Amino acid sequence: MDSCNCIEPQWPPDDLLMKYQYISDFFIALAYFSIPLELIYFVKKSAVFPYRWVLVQFGAFIVLCGATHLINLWTFTMHTRTVAMVMTTAKVFTAVVSCATALMLVHIIPDLLSVKTRELFLKNKAAELDREMGLIRTQEETGRHVRMLTHEIRSTLDRHTILKTTLVELGRTLALEECALWMPTRTGLELQLSYTLRQQNPVGYTVPIHLPVINQVFSSSHAVKISPNCPVARIRPAGKYMPGEVVAVRVPLLHLSNFQINDWPELSTKRYALMVLMLPSDSARQWHVHELELVEVVADQVAVALSHAAILEESMRARDLLMEQNVALDLARREAETAIRARNDFLAVMNHEMRTPMHAIIALSSLLQETELTPEQRLMVETILKSSNLLSTLINDVLDLSRLEDGSLQLDLGTFNLFAVFREVLNLIKPIASVKKLHVSLNLAPDLPEYAIGDEKHLMQTILNVVGNAVKFSKEGSISITAIVAKSELLRDSRTPEFFPVPSDNHFYLRVQVKDSGVGISPQDIPKLFTKFAQTQSMATRNSGGSGLGLAICKRFVNLMEGHIWIESDGLGKGCTAIFMVKLGIPERLNEPKLPFMPKVPTNHGPTAFPGLKVLVMDENGVSRMVTKGLLVHLGCDVTMVSSSEECLHVVSHEHKVVFMDVCVPGMDGYEVAIRINEKFTKRHERPIIVALTGNTDKVTKENCMRVGMDGVILKPVSLDKMRSVLTDLLEHRVLLEAI
Amino acid sequence: MDLVQLQRQLVDYRTSLYHEGFLDEQFTQLQSLQDENNPDFVVEVVSLFFEDSERLLNELSKALEQQVIDFKRMDAQVHQLKGSSSSIGAHRVQKLCIVFRNYCEAQNVEGCLKCLQQVKHEYGIIKTKLESMFQLEQQILNAGGSIPV
Repeated sequence: MDSCNCIEPQWPPDDLLMKYQYISDFFIALAYFSIPLELIYFVKKSAVFPYRWVLVQFGAFIVLCGATHLINLWTFTMHTRTVAMVMTTAKVFTAVVSCATALMLVHIIPDLLSVKTRELFLKNKAAELDREMGLIRTQEETGRHVRMLTHEIRSTLDRHTILKTTLVELGRTLALEECALWMPTRTGLELQLSYTLRQQNPVGYTVPIHLPVINQVFSSSHAVKISPNCPVARIRPAGKYMPGEVVAVRVPLLHLSNFQINDWPELSTKRYALMVLMLPSDSARQWHVHELELVEVVADQVAVALSHAAILEESMRARDLLMEQNVALDLARREAETAIRARNDFLAVMNHEMRTPMHAIIALSSLLQETELTPEQRLMVETILKSSNLLSTLINDVLDLSRLEDGSLQLDLGTFNLFAVFREVLNLIKPIASVKKLHVSLNLAPDLPEYAIGDEKHLMQTILNVVGNAVKFSKEGSISITAIVAKSELLRDSRTPEFFPVPSDNHFYLRVQVKDSGVGISPQDIPKLFTKFAQTQSMATRNSGGSGLGLAICKRFVNLMEGHIWIESDGLGKGCTAIFMVKLGIPERLNEPKLPFMPKVPTNHGPTAFPGLKVLVMDENGVSRMVTKGLLVHLGCDVTMVSSSEECLHVVSHEHKVVFMDVCVPGMDGYEVAIRINEKFTKRHERPIIVALTGNTDKVTKENCMRVGMDGVILKPVSLDKMRSVLTDLLEHRVLLEAI
Repeated sequence: MDLVQLQRQLVDYRTSLYHEGFLDEQFTQLQSLQDENNPDFVVEVVSLFFEDSERLLNELSKALEQQVIDFKRMDAQVHQLKGSSSSIGAHRVQKLCIVFRNYCEAQNVEGCLKCLQQVKHEYGIIKTKLESMFQLEQQILNAGGSIPV
């Protein structure tokens, strides 16, 4: 057996132990070869495995180990040296590789272990994130609920809807068993159960507001957990074993007055309502933080919504109130208008209806007076006449006053002779004054303009009224009438501080003062003087007649003329002074203050400037009479000539517009004629203009002419132009006068 | 004489009257009052003046012959005369009347007499002159012309 160079195995191959070794080696080799195959297969499958060359190494190690065991199979029987050599080589390689692998594994295994820890860490992190996600989702859910609740609450401006919606939504969101709202009562001392979620009709429980638990809730802006046993929470039917947790939160009630511009209201002035929320009983649910936050937010929103609703309610109420007031005012205005219309209608009718019979009475009584009457009858007729005159005056006064108050009375402005007004007043008052033996004097200031623009009729009425009063209330003594142009120092009278007249270039203020020595007026009565229908008790002559309207009317007229009237008296029995100031215009054609000598003003009038003007010429001197006539005829006048005063008085009529009379012949009293003419024509518009023709230019003549009431003076000889301009001037003034 | 000459003569005559102070502008006024409605106005007035003045002068003479002279009445009459003369523009006569009145007021008989004479004298002159003027005017009118103003 030496020839095969074989190596004998140690043991005989037929030994049973050898057989088992043989089989085991086979299976080991099989396993050792299949492991790398599996490894390669799975590594190929997973792309991630980082230790590839380790596997290769490991694979090599395994393959070689397998190879070793495989070759070992051949060593069980007789085997050649080659096999032994291969076997040895394989073993050597295997040793090398396995040592290398072992060495390498020292490096690798910690790495592999750390991979594992990292994996664990990541898994923990993932779990944590999951948890947080859950939280966020919950919060987001809560926020959504809040928004929805807010939207619901704020979508209405009706108080009740707001509160009801709040409770309903809260109940839904938080799955509450019961939700209740306690509002403070009017007195502020109690909280009243106003709204509940489940119970439809709150029974109106009240709890006092100063309970400690309530104070606790009110003092914090957070939702506070309260005991289920406290009075505010005991509103659901008892009988549950474990009442759920209860939370209460304050709801600020903002009043309108709390909205300051600059600062928000102090906490101490706030009123709160209480909202109580109860979790379901027997549910072991807890109040979570996010739920509490939800409740707080909702409570604030409710407060805002309620305040908006309150503002809206307030403004609606105010608007309703205004509308009511408007309607009422409208009605009142209509009623007032109706009343005014009715009064005006009444006045219009009365004006005519009352005046017509009055007129008949007065006219017929006057006529009756002219007939033959027995003394008793005469007395009766006089009384009738007097009474009806009084009545007529009263009617006129009342009508005038109502027209004045209406504002419908306009001033009739025109140019008039101021001096003539005063003279006429004097003439009217003289008879009465002389009967009472009162002396009346008239002083006209030298600078008083002769002509003025104003309402002549009413001015005369005013002066007459004032003077008439003076006469009426004086039993004896004298009455002085003074008329001046009010100067600026006088204008600011300390007694009338509210009256500030401003004189201007074409206006002046006439100041008339009427002083009497009569019964006087006591100081406390003075303010009442100008009141309608008020007569002072202390007036000695109660039966003096008059309606008490006179001074009131005067005051109205004076005010219309932009003036002021007042009365002063030193007391009873000491007489009184009536003073008034009125604004009058100065006529543009400035005449000299006294009766002027008409200056020679060249005019452009044609020769027949006054067609048909009826003129009376009185002149004893035939020549100058004829010349004057020629002048006037040349100017187109219709001239009547008389040569004596008797003839003049006989002939003069209201048709004659102008009377020229020669006054400078001594011995013939032209002035007398003028006076008589004045007397004959009582109505001013019927009286002809009286012009004196004189050769004298002295002051005496002028004054005399003015005294007797002449309207102009012309110096003889008079030229055509002069006559023309004189007539123009006079007729212009007269034309204006007639327009009244 | 022909028309133009007549007219010129009239104008000259009139002018001389004014110049010499016999007439004043009042006479012009009188003339301006004369128009087709009143063609003879001036003549009428002057005639009236003549009548009036003669009457007055007679009365004045008589009054001054009285034993007891009524100065007041004389004053009135002289006033009248003054008025008339001033109305027609008989300037000199008017002036004399003023003087006469002064004498009357002073009750100076001598002065009055003297003045009366003067007035009469002046009156005579003006009367003559005016009559001549009127004759001239009449001539012009007869000749078919118009009286120049």
